[in-house]
Amino acid sequence: MGKYIAKRIGISLLTVLVLVTVVFILVRLMPGDPFSDPKMTPTVKENLNAYYGLDKPVLQQYTTFLGNLIRGNFGYSMKYQNQTVNNLLRQSFPYSLDLGIRALVLSLSLGLVFGIVSARNRGNKIDLFFVIVAVIGTSVPDFIVGAILQYFFAVKWGLFPIAQYKGLAHTILPSIGLGFYTMASVSRIMRASMLEVVQQDYIKTARSKGISNFRITWKHQIRNAIMPVVTVLGPTVASVLTGTFVIESIFAIPGMGKYYVESVQNLDYSMILGQTVFYGIFLVFANMIVDIAYGFVDPRIRIAK
Amino acid sequence: MATKKIESQEKVITADLFRTVGKSVEEMEAISRPSLTFWQEAWLRIRKDKAAFIGLIILTVYVILAIFAPMVSRYEFDQQDAYAMKQSFSAEHWFGTDSLGRDLWVRIWVGARVSLSIGFIAAFINSVIGTILGGFSGYIGGKFDMILMRIIDIIYGIPALIVNILVMVVLGPGIKSLIIAMVITGWAGACRFTRGEVYRLKEQEFVLAARVLGESTFMIIVREIIPNLMGLIITNLAMAIPAAIFREAFLSYIGLGIAPPNASWGVLAKEGTAMIRLCPHMLYVPAFFICTTVLAFNLLGNGLRDAFDPRMRGTD
Amino acid sequence: MPEVILEVKNLEFSFRTYGGVVKAVRDISFEVRKGELLGIVGESGCGKSVSVQCILRLNPEPPGFFEGGEILYEGKDIVKMSNRELRKIRGVEIGFIFQDPMTSLNPTMRVGKQIEEIFVGRKEVSRAEAKERALEILKLVGINEPERRYRQYPHELSGGMKQRVMIAIALVGQPGIIIADEPTTSLDVTIEAQILDILKELQEKFMTSIILITHDLGVVAKMCDRVLVMYGGKIVEEGPVNAIFYETAHPYTSGLIQSIATLDTSRDEELVPIEGTPPDLFSPPAGCPFAARCEYAMEICGMMMPDRTQVTPEHYSACWLLHEYAPDVKLPAVARTMETDEEAPSPEQVEMEERI
Repeated sequence: MGKYIAKRIGISLLTVLVLVTVVFILVRLMPGDPFSDPKMTPTVKENLNAYYGLDKPVLQQYTTFLGNLIRGNFGYSMKYQNQTVNNLLRQSFPYSLDLGIRALVLSLSLGLVFGIVSARNRGNKIDLFFVIVAVIGTSVPDFIVGAILQYFFAVKWGLFPIAQYKGLAHTILPSIGLGFYTMASVSRIMRASMLEVVQQDYIKTARSKGISNFRITWKHQIRNAIMPVVTVLGPTVASVLTGTFVIESIFAIPGMGKYYVESVQNLDYSMILGQTVFYGIFLVFANMIVDIAYGFVDPRIRIAK
Repeated sequence: MATKKIESQEKVITADLFRTVGKSVEEMEAISRPSLTFWQEAWLRIRKDKAAFIGLIILTVYVILAIFAPMVSRYEFDQQDAYAMKQSFSAEHWFGTDSLGRDLWVRIWVGARVSLSIGFIAAFINSVIGTILGGFSGYIGGKFDMILMRIIDIIYGIPALIVNILVMVVLGPGIKSLIIAMVITGWAGACRFTRGEVYRLKEQEFVLAARVLGESTFMIIVREIIPNLMGLIITNLAMAIPAAIFREAFLSYIGLGIAPPNASWGVLAKEGTAMIRLCPHMLYVPAFFICTTVLAFNLLGNGLRDAFDPRMRGTD
Repeated sequence: MPEVILEVKNLEFSFRTYGGVVKAVRDISFEVRKGELLGIVGESGCGKSVSVQCILRLNPEPPGFFEGGEILYEGKDIVKMSNRELRKIRGVEIGFIFQDPMTSLNPTMRVGKQIEEIFVGRKEVSRAEAKERALEILKLVGINEPERRYRQYPHELSGGMKQRVMIAIALVGQPGIIIADEPTTSLDVTIEAQILDILKELQEKFMTSIILITHDLGVVAKMCDRVLVMYGGKIVEEGPVNAIFYETAHPYTSGLIQSIATLDTSRDEELVPIEGTPPDLFSPPAGCPFAARCEYAMEICGMMMPDRTQVTPEHYSACWLLHEYAPDVKLPAVARTMETDEEAPSPEQVEMEERI
């Protein structure tokens, strides 16, 4: 297990390095210029370039950038003075984290339950209902879900606040909007996995022991069926994070996603760079944790590696 | 029960029935089912699978409309009309008009051209690159395989969306940029998948048999391995297209995909969400088409998976 | 004659599939006596597994369903039992050993747990007792370091070890009947012999009745007291093991015996395979299922299923050749030279390598 964890951490660090390098190169390739204001005189431009270190050789810029990252400094905005990535993250990350966790918990728990109920009722109307919900859920982009939820539940019927993120009532619609797709896909995976497992020989063995149906379902079927869901947790975290971009814009939540979209639209290079690196590192390590967790859940990996 | 049976049998049993006739193996071995090719059977099964067939019909209709609807319409997709803004459905404008008075029917089908072609092309290129590299890598193995797999590990580690966004920022909006952005990250999945399958297949007896009979590596890949993978490749293709359509919609939504006034379903949906309070149909219409298209692909993909599943062959 | 503890009467079991109804078991009857080792032989797909799984109702229902018949155990019909009643029988009254130990153990549960799980929800046995029993049984089936194995997961064990665990699961509840469904098919020949020895020993020690399903006549000859030969969802011949080998009364049984190699098969002699394939159980033939592959087939064979006919006391066969009108046919059986051994042919004589 120790070797397995060490290997996973090694791969993750390498991935982060590659990511950082790619981001750095891509951002240097970007068209346009953050100081593209035509009114700006060349001297001002040069001063600004010097201030932000853009006049130095590329390699030096790269090492400076890496050094800053290691010290936990993700850079600063070129558009807004005194705005640093770290500052922005400090303000916005808690919102996104809160929303993300709510959406994940909601979608995973409901998705698993729906998948299990659906599989247990295979072929009847309950199953059909959950299958339809799941198929629709995986066919609607989250910004459409978000917009429609907001329009009906907040604007038209006034059941929930329209925007912002200030109390429990504010969190409900964004969490549902963000988690809907994940819920549907988890439910699909879980249903398929349950049906696959129920055909396995060891379920028959369990039945031959005369133990209760509840125990067979719980200890033998669900315990094994949940594995494929655990494997997609990494991508799931990524997809929830992606969702925050649009959900936060729709509900005017001051989280990372909203600011990221703004920086992209403002072509604020260093902002994009810093935030992207942060996202990248966050996801790479989220994936790593999921992989290690998987090792703990599946005894075959735990001991083999 | 048992005694009755004997009685009824007793009546008809006569000595002449006990003439030895011997085996009738040949007759028994005659194939009772008409033999179908792989494709014929897959097609038959798709046609029997209601959900998949509906999916196929929806997609066919959409493709035809996307090609022809804009040609025969009276309106241009970017033709504004200050006197016909934010109109709902009417005989004049079938899907109504948007906030600038542009005809939504035309914009939907022009958008369909963009969204569908991005979906098809990106998924197709990914699949071709992935299959070739993965097939080669899986069959040859060795160093090439090892290096490729490490590259894929890293590509997998980096969130695809992040790369998509960066590429879009560098290249600027447009169909070409979208396809490039999606191909840069997308081929890895197809590659890893194909490699795994090839790995599994190359150990199987029929491939060993071909090798023993002296077929060349190239011929083995072409004649033995690829035909066996065709079903899975097509299924994956059908599943990858909706993912690409989703991604386009998302990127357009955050302002990176297709730049207005050009239309794609993502652009239309973005415009719709902004106008949801004043004219909700601007969101409903593109949302409907995105959802039904993705739904149709999912249904078709499921159907294809079953149709190509060799375990299911001949059971129907 | 020893006491009959399980009686299967006119059992018919089918599966609903997309292609139609598969009649897997078609009107079979047999009994299991106390302390005997009953063998069931037949080629794959003849319905032997399905029929024994009916005894514990392990076939998935649906798509499987009983078309008729009853399975009497202690005066009660298993076919009509509720889930609650079934649970009282499964594991503790009748144990089951499955064919493939590789896939028959839950990969995410420790071996010990899987064995003692039988006692979960049964008040008579406490937790500590259950663990003790599990360790004891692991030792009994020949697993060394039971304490360590108890805590391991299935993937840490070898194939033979896993099958021992499967046997331990079947035994731990001390059932009166053990059903072993091809327990050695997926194992090496050396392990196979060990596993079979364990079964035989247990049967003798505890007077357990064992139903042993196999397609290997060598195993049958070595192990069984009585044998059922199944073909096409029906029992075609049944009798004491000697009668089956030396006084073979059904052409299918005869074919099975002819198709395996023995040590005294000379090099020039060819093995005789049974030509053709078993019948399609989607639309089983009206007559004898073996008729199409039978060299002695008569006109009537294709028309009507022969009745179960007594050959000698205890020895029955369902074949029209036994009818008074039938021509006199001498079926080839195991060479008579073996009679001097008195016992059934030993495994050295009937080699196990030939799988039907």
